[in-house]
Amino acid sequence: MSLTTDLSQAKSRANQRAKARAKSGSDNAQARETSPSPRRRSRKRRERLFQWLFLVPAVTYMALLFGYPVVKNIVMSFQDYTTATFFTGEAPWVGLANYAKVLSSSLFSTSLVNTALFTLGSILGQFVIGLALAIFFQRKFPLNGILRSLLLLPWLLPLIVSSAVWRWILDKDSGALNRFLGELHIVNTGVPWLTSTSLALIAVVGVNIWIGIPFNLTILYGGLQEIPDELYEAGSLDGATGWKAFRHITWPMLRPVVSVVLVLGVVYTLKVLDIILGLTNGGPANSTQTIATQSYDLSFHEFKFGEGAALGNVLVVISLVFAVLYLRASRRSVDE
Amino acid sequence: MKSAIRTRRPLALAVAALVGLPLAISGCGTTASASSTDAVKEISVMDYYNNEPDKSFIGDALTACGTKAGVTIKRETVPGKSLISKVLQQSSSKTLPDVLMLDNPDLQQIAATGALAPLSDFNISTADFAPGVLSAGTYKDKVYGLAPTVNTIALFYNKDILAKAGVTPPTTWDELKAAATKLTSGEQYGLAFNANPTYEGTWQFLPVMWSNGGDEKNIDTPETAQALQLWTDLVKDGSVSSSALNWTQADVKDQFMAGKAAMMVNGPWQIPALDKKTTLQYGVVKIPVRDASQTAVAPLGGEVWTVPQTGNKAHQAKAAEVVACMNSDENQLAMAKVRNTIPSKTSLAAKFATDNPKLATFTDLIKTARARTGELGEGWPAQATKIYTAIQTALTGKASPADALKQAQGQ
Repeated sequence: MSLTTDLSQAKSRANQRAKARAKSGSDNAQARETSPSPRRRSRKRRERLFQWLFLVPAVTYMALLFGYPVVKNIVMSFQDYTTATFFTGEAPWVGLANYAKVLSSSLFSTSLVNTALFTLGSILGQFVIGLALAIFFQRKFPLNGILRSLLLLPWLLPLIVSSAVWRWILDKDSGALNRFLGELHIVNTGVPWLTSTSLALIAVVGVNIWIGIPFNLTILYGGLQEIPDELYEAGSLDGATGWKAFRHITWPMLRPVVSVVLVLGVVYTLKVLDIILGLTNGGPANSTQTIATQSYDLSFHEFKFGEGAALGNVLVVISLVFAVLYLRASRRSVDE
Repeated sequence: MKSAIRTRRPLALAVAALVGLPLAISGCGTTASASSTDAVKEISVMDYYNNEPDKSFIGDALTACGTKAGVTIKRETVPGKSLISKVLQQSSSKTLPDVLMLDNPDLQQIAATGALAPLSDFNISTADFAPGVLSAGTYKDKVYGLAPTVNTIALFYNKDILAKAGVTPPTTWDELKAAATKLTSGEQYGLAFNANPTYEGTWQFLPVMWSNGGDEKNIDTPETAQALQLWTDLVKDGSVSSSALNWTQADVKDQFMAGKAAMMVNGPWQIPALDKKTTLQYGVVKIPVRDASQTAVAPLGGEVWTVPQTGNKAHQAKAAEVVACMNSDENQLAMAKVRNTIPSKTSLAAKFATDNPKLATFTDLIKTARARTGELGEGWPAQATKIYTAIQTALTGKASPADALKQAQGQ
């Protein structure tokens, strides 16, 4: 009973609407252009909805794999987060106590200086050698391709493997490097590469340079390939060859690539962990201890997860500074 | 226009499916928990014996104990380094195994979280166990874990090299220093130990520190300083390579096997490797003490078996049966023999030592061995870090042993 009345009511309403539409359609064509019809509006809304749906996977991915860890780490750094927390879920709020403890520790300044030296040394070495090799491989000579792919090897090896091998190479008594230097009569006694407080950081930086060269070489080589030959031809007519060609053609053209390589390099190097743990464990006497290794130590060896997180956040902030620098630099180069 | 919308619909479905996929996958994990009313057919076990031959030795013992308790064993072995992070992960997701093996210095840390059940709940007897073994397994007066077999470290010496040099195995620090100097020549060092910046470096230092009356509660004491002075002197005069600062115990064994060290500080787990080199003749003595009147105190090593609080009483009861079985006299003797470790019950020591002369020194040491967490419990990791920091500072010459200890203790 009620169903039939509803149906008839709906029918009459639909009729009225159809009439109204026909009327507006005939005498109001202009208005239709400017204000969208309900049908159009719903289509637009649906399009909007689809746009959002396409964003969902990316947003979910970012929220789960980037947002959650970052937020969790920040929250953790303000908590007394211990092994018990994992079982009970209780982590008392301690405010800035973790930061105060970590930043006032006598080890922090050592780690900070080591991190700076490690990053600076690694980046400088990787970049200079990588650029030199990239320019070298610009020339055409036999076996160029094979040699270039062989140079990628350090990049392909798992870091644990390369650090184990280097640990053996750099050993004081039976290491290959000292044997080699001994045969050449450069040194008489074993050089304690990894066990002297003054040499260990240099040795670790050296190994990290070796690992970083392929990355620098590959990206810079790609950048060099992009520079049109005509520029060099025109330059040589004006007398710009050799160093001058590099200074006035290669370098300015390569600058955007250089800034990418440097900033990514800094961010990658700041967080280096496995190589240092594999080579020296932060020793001897903390001389290769960086913020990354110290943070790892606090969290996973001393189980002070709150302090480890606080130190980790300090590292994130330092990385962010470089990321912002990069964004500004890349914006400027686009403007140019 | 209609057709355009129609082609978009499958896409939208695909998007929805992709978003839903991780949820669906994670949802699957929750169906695994069994109800506690069913008869228990299978219990899960986690340990870190992931290398042969230990993997099989332990696996066989577990299977036998499972059969005895009427359950099958679902065992998972993880690498030693990732065990604790795995345990923490499982304790927050409430998926701890029914039987869990832990390295003994980690037991109190985990027991303190409330994740383990006291073994007294299941009437497991702790009679006869060596005091060090019990103190390692105890947290706040309750025993949470028992180790069937344990180990410690001692001084290994190369019989041929010592005989050739006319040196007898040292028993005091002075003898040790004299022997090490005499045995150092060319590419051969007198002694090898490890003093790396990890808990392993601390562990190798404990015998000299403890035997001389040093204590981990406060390392800024003359007794500990004397012990660190010994380590420093040995490195300084060249009888121990400064590579000790970066060696692991495995590296130390390699040096000893290659004849590059006449003596070494190491544990019985190296014996199978040493025995593979048939030309190597070695002996084992206690690590020397400063004064002949002192007793050698060795640090206790080994893994304890525990019953986590899984919330499933029936499973826990079966798990406890397995833990008790793993610690039975027969299993202790059998596992100790094949794994070159020492039974943890003192009542078994005498028989074991006569049957296994190679392990006699270690068996003797276990009677008085101390657990690292015995005094400090959960506070041990922090203090162990201070100890290896002080060792590294002193051995690199950055500070005198006494100052290095003072600095580290104050940190």
